[in-house]
Amino acid sequence: MKMRFKEKFIEKSFLLIAFSSIGILALITFFIFQEGLPFIWKIGPKAFIFGERWVPGQGSFGIFSMIVSSFWVTLGALLLGIPFGLACTIFLAEWTPPLVGIVMRPAIQLLAAIPSVIYGFWGLIVLVPLIRNSLGGPGLSICAGSLVLGLMILPTIISISEDSLRALPPSYKQGALALGATHWQAIWRVLIPAARSGIVASIVLGMGRAVGETMAMIMILGNAVKMPSSVLDSARTLTTNIGIEMGYASGDHRQALFATGVILFFIIMALNTLAIFLSRRRLRG
Amino acid sequence: MTELTETGLGLSLTDNFQSMKRRLSLTLFSLWLIVLSAGCQRSGDGITVAGSTSVEPFAELLAEEYMHEHSGTHIYVQGGGSTAGIEAVKTHTANIGMSSRALVGGEKNLHTITIAKDAIVIIVHRKNPIDDLSLIDIRRVFSGNARSWKELGGAAAPITLVTREEGSGTREAFQKFVMGQDEISLESLVQDSNGAVRQVVASNPGAIGYLSLGLVNDQVKALRVAGVEPNLTEIQKGTYTLVRPFLFVFNQEPEGEARSFVEFVLSLGPQRLLQKEGLVPVFSGLDKE
Repeated sequence: MKMRFKEKFIEKSFLLIAFSSIGILALITFFIFQEGLPFIWKIGPKAFIFGERWVPGQGSFGIFSMIVSSFWVTLGALLLGIPFGLACTIFLAEWTPPLVGIVMRPAIQLLAAIPSVIYGFWGLIVLVPLIRNSLGGPGLSICAGSLVLGLMILPTIISISEDSLRALPPSYKQGALALGATHWQAIWRVLIPAARSGIVASIVLGMGRAVGETMAMIMILGNAVKMPSSVLDSARTLTTNIGIEMGYASGDHRQALFATGVILFFIIMALNTLAIFLSRRRLRG
Repeated sequence: MTELTETGLGLSLTDNFQSMKRRLSLTLFSLWLIVLSAGCQRSGDGITVAGSTSVEPFAELLAEEYMHEHSGTHIYVQGGGSTAGIEAVKTHTANIGMSSRALVGGEKNLHTITIAKDAIVIIVHRKNPIDDLSLIDIRRVFSGNARSWKELGGAAAPITLVTREEGSGTREAFQKFVMGQDEISLESLVQDSNGAVRQVVASNPGAIGYLSLGLVNDQVKALRVAGVEPNLTEIQKGTYTLVRPFLFVFNQEPEGEARSFVEFVLSLGPQRLLQKEGLVPVFSGLDKE
């Protein structure tokens, strides 16, 4: 009897804790919107989202250059992350001798465990001077940011797409091989298309990570507030705008940063919804 | 054998749950304590100092020294920015406000005391051949009108501007002393601390930036401004002009604990301490600005 009560107690308290984390999420959402939305209405959604000038001291709050910068940095990260991530996934799922896999998988997970400030520091000390000396520009640039982000999203892409490759029924591969396909043909023509939705979901989640990354980007991007005109230009993304100016902002400026958070919130929500939608389709298919 | 292990496992599991529960209640209890103590802060003895994050680290240092000498009193130092600090004094949520800028408009009827001065220094890469720039040249550079070091007598290399983020007191002072009505170029790289500015300038041969005198080190080269070296003697003579006050702000002439703290801050020892930390000391007593 006493044992039973204990069980119930534990169950309920864990339920409470689980729900409190959702409650906190709801609170955060509410707070961001409460602080940010009135400001967006005040200056007009169009002026805020499509305005190109961000000079809070003079009352100009336009975040279009940051939206564009976020887009370019993320695209650059994907250009690096997708081919490397997929190559690694295919190798891990299909070709890796078991012993190599035992070493490689934890190593890739370790990549995800490295704090982003370490990535940022490494980028600042190694990549930035390299880019400045070999390609020109200030070095603190979209190019450097994309390279670091590409590395940072690798674990997300690899672990999720490897799972989706492994979840395929073995008969797919066996059937392809029985029909005379080579191993590579079986992978490229049968397995990858069959696991496509899972792979795409992994890429979308990687994108979410890339859009949300802040610390490393503050250190590497240079944070100039202007429309980037080349990959060697410095840029400021939505997250770094909040991160870099939060400390001193007050009044309208502070609200504008929350409003930036609202836009970011919508972008991340859209990406995650897309990822969930895509991975659901995989389960049904 | 198997049975034994299973019992052992079962036992340790309940143990685990119990210790988990204990830990949980301990966590909750300490959380409750934190909330309680946070609530107590305002009602307890002591004074609150709030405002500029440029002044904050120095105020913390001074508060520590003060509390060391006057045991039993407590000084709470909070950041938030100059504007927030002044606002806090007005609304009586803080006894002393810290400001790294002069007061403007409706703030001017508040009582201020300059506790130290901070100079802003223009820095370039150590290998940059340029040692001296006029204020007008600095303005031309930072407004984006001069884009190559060649225009200033240096090598034919592009200038990389490094500035602080919007809202920073250092940026505000730089804007006021150097830029005037001109805007700092939007092409500038933006860094969010003195240290980050120094790091970027130290590693980029074409960079130019600005920071607090106390934070200049031999990683970078400090420029003379119109022939004047940025050092303590020149600042005290009044020839180096890029100097901003660090203010304590009050509603009225400070009294009691607040007065005792201010007098402590303005006395010789603490002023020496501030000087050691890179600020320009003020030895003259309580002067109203």
